[in-house]
Amino acid sequence: MLMRATCGIIILVMGLILFTIFRKGLPVLNWQILTSVPKGGYYFGGEGGILNAILGSLYLAIGSTILSLIISLPSALFLNIHLKKHQKLQNTIRLFIDVLWGIPSVVYGAFAFTIMIYFGFRASLMAGIVTVTLFISPIMIRGMDEALKTIPNTLLEAAYSLGSTKYETAYRVFLRQAMPGIATAILLSFGRAIGDAASVLFTTGFTDNIPKSLTQPAATLPLSIFFQLSSPIPEVQQRAYAAAIVLTVIILLISITGRAISFRYSKNDIK
Amino acid sequence: MEFRRLNRKILDSYNTILMIVTLSFVLLTPIVMLVILGFKSATLLQEHSIFRLLFTSAWEPGKGNFGFLPFILGSISITVLSVLIAGPICLLTAFYLTQYAGVKLVRIMQPIIDILAGIPSVVYGVWGILVIVPFISDIIAPQFHVQTTGYTLITGSIVLAVMIIPFILNILIEIFRTIPIELTEATLSLGATRWEVIKHVLVRKAKPGIISAFGLGISRAFGETIAVLMVAGNVAKIPHGLFDPVYPLPALIANNYGEMMSIPLYDSALMMSALILFASILIFNFFSRVSIYRLERNL
Repeated sequence: MLMRATCGIIILVMGLILFTIFRKGLPVLNWQILTSVPKGGYYFGGEGGILNAILGSLYLAIGSTILSLIISLPSALFLNIHLKKHQKLQNTIRLFIDVLWGIPSVVYGAFAFTIMIYFGFRASLMAGIVTVTLFISPIMIRGMDEALKTIPNTLLEAAYSLGSTKYETAYRVFLRQAMPGIATAILLSFGRAIGDAASVLFTTGFTDNIPKSLTQPAATLPLSIFFQLSSPIPEVQQRAYAAAIVLTVIILLISITGRAISFRYSKNDIK
Repeated sequence: MEFRRLNRKILDSYNTILMIVTLSFVLLTPIVMLVILGFKSATLLQEHSIFRLLFTSAWEPGKGNFGFLPFILGSISITVLSVLIAGPICLLTAFYLTQYAGVKLVRIMQPIIDILAGIPSVVYGVWGILVIVPFISDIIAPQFHVQTTGYTLITGSIVLAVMIIPFILNILIEIFRTIPIELTEATLSLGATRWEVIKHVLVRKAKPGIISAFGLGISRAFGETIAVLMVAGNVAKIPHGLFDPVYPLPALIANNYGEMMSIPLYDSALMMSALILFASILIFNFFSRVSIYRLERNL
């Protein structure tokens, strides 16, 4: 009975969170907010919107997801193909990456900022992308690793017996076989990248303009929500709720896409 | 033909090198971070003794006083409370979902847990300000005859608890699923009730796993920044009750970074708080993960 209640509490809380965000944000959400950048006096209740933050966040998340993919995919494949025979090393690396998983993003942010000051870099989209990449790579590698781990050993042996090199086995056999799992891992990391505020707080900066190059600072949705909410003016606060809806919808879409992918491809698995 | 074969081999070895480079990059980054953070905090440690830094509570960067105690206690209290709130809920739900619930409910709950895990912390912060803050200041606090703004230790703990529930729950469910079903079925066939199965088989078998799941939850809560920053009040004093504001370490870093350049040693002090966070989370994570690995291997 008590157990059913706790289960209910969790469903209720999720409902409550989504309900609160949508009830507060929907009345304020309109086309203008989504499609314009802040104009003069925006932070005192003036005209404008959060397009700068929406685009900034998308650039940041897409950039860091791609960069992280370049790092993570080879690492995960290496872990599962080249290190297949070295169980101990494999497990140690897995453990190490798992431990990294939990390092808070604010530490990455602070670290990156120190490096930037040392080299005299200013806050920019590029710096943000690099920081977020560092932060999401362990998540992506472990996600891919979980998918690659399930591939039976016989498939590896079959590929070798046909004369494939490790490279061909990795990218033509393993990658294809684990595709749904890898796609889910990428989506999950994308969600992390777009939702995190603490790592971009010092590295990406904040601006009212849409960034035109990697060296310019960029606004991000989480920070836009955070800054607008700390304003004492009600109109500005309400726009934070609208921005929260945008962010929540993006996250929901990612979650639904991830489910759809794993549902669609789970039938084709070799068991 | 010969040329193609050679080509493939070259490609293969190039790729192996690339893979080793990327993997070492990922593995070396945290070590570099640790070294640089340590190096940066050394400046502060030369000026003040570590005991003075960790066990005094005067935080006046302008005067050169850096007492981390309020922040450390703030972090610990908010973390412990949130795990105390989340723990029982997670345990009971995990029991229910793995032992009692039908396939249908599990199928509904899984996406809900995933969505909760995916919601960005800033959205949790907004929700906390809209729902939990007024709930504490208008409904709960008057019951205890306390005047408060609602931005308190208990508010932060509740928001944090909601954030770590999906995280702990996922690990718990995974751990309970690794317990062989024959074991529970054998106990049931001896006439045990479901609850007895939970008490004598599940909990006993998965005990290290349960502790580790909470350990990981603790490190998650300890490092959470934005949501806590938004609802916990941020007053640099040692909290004496549930309705006092707290100022955890991550919030300290996030709030003051960028403006610390003008004051000497401030930069080093913030780096030291990042180091404290980093190190304590590494330790917690390490022991939790090791014991989960052991558990999975033994089953």
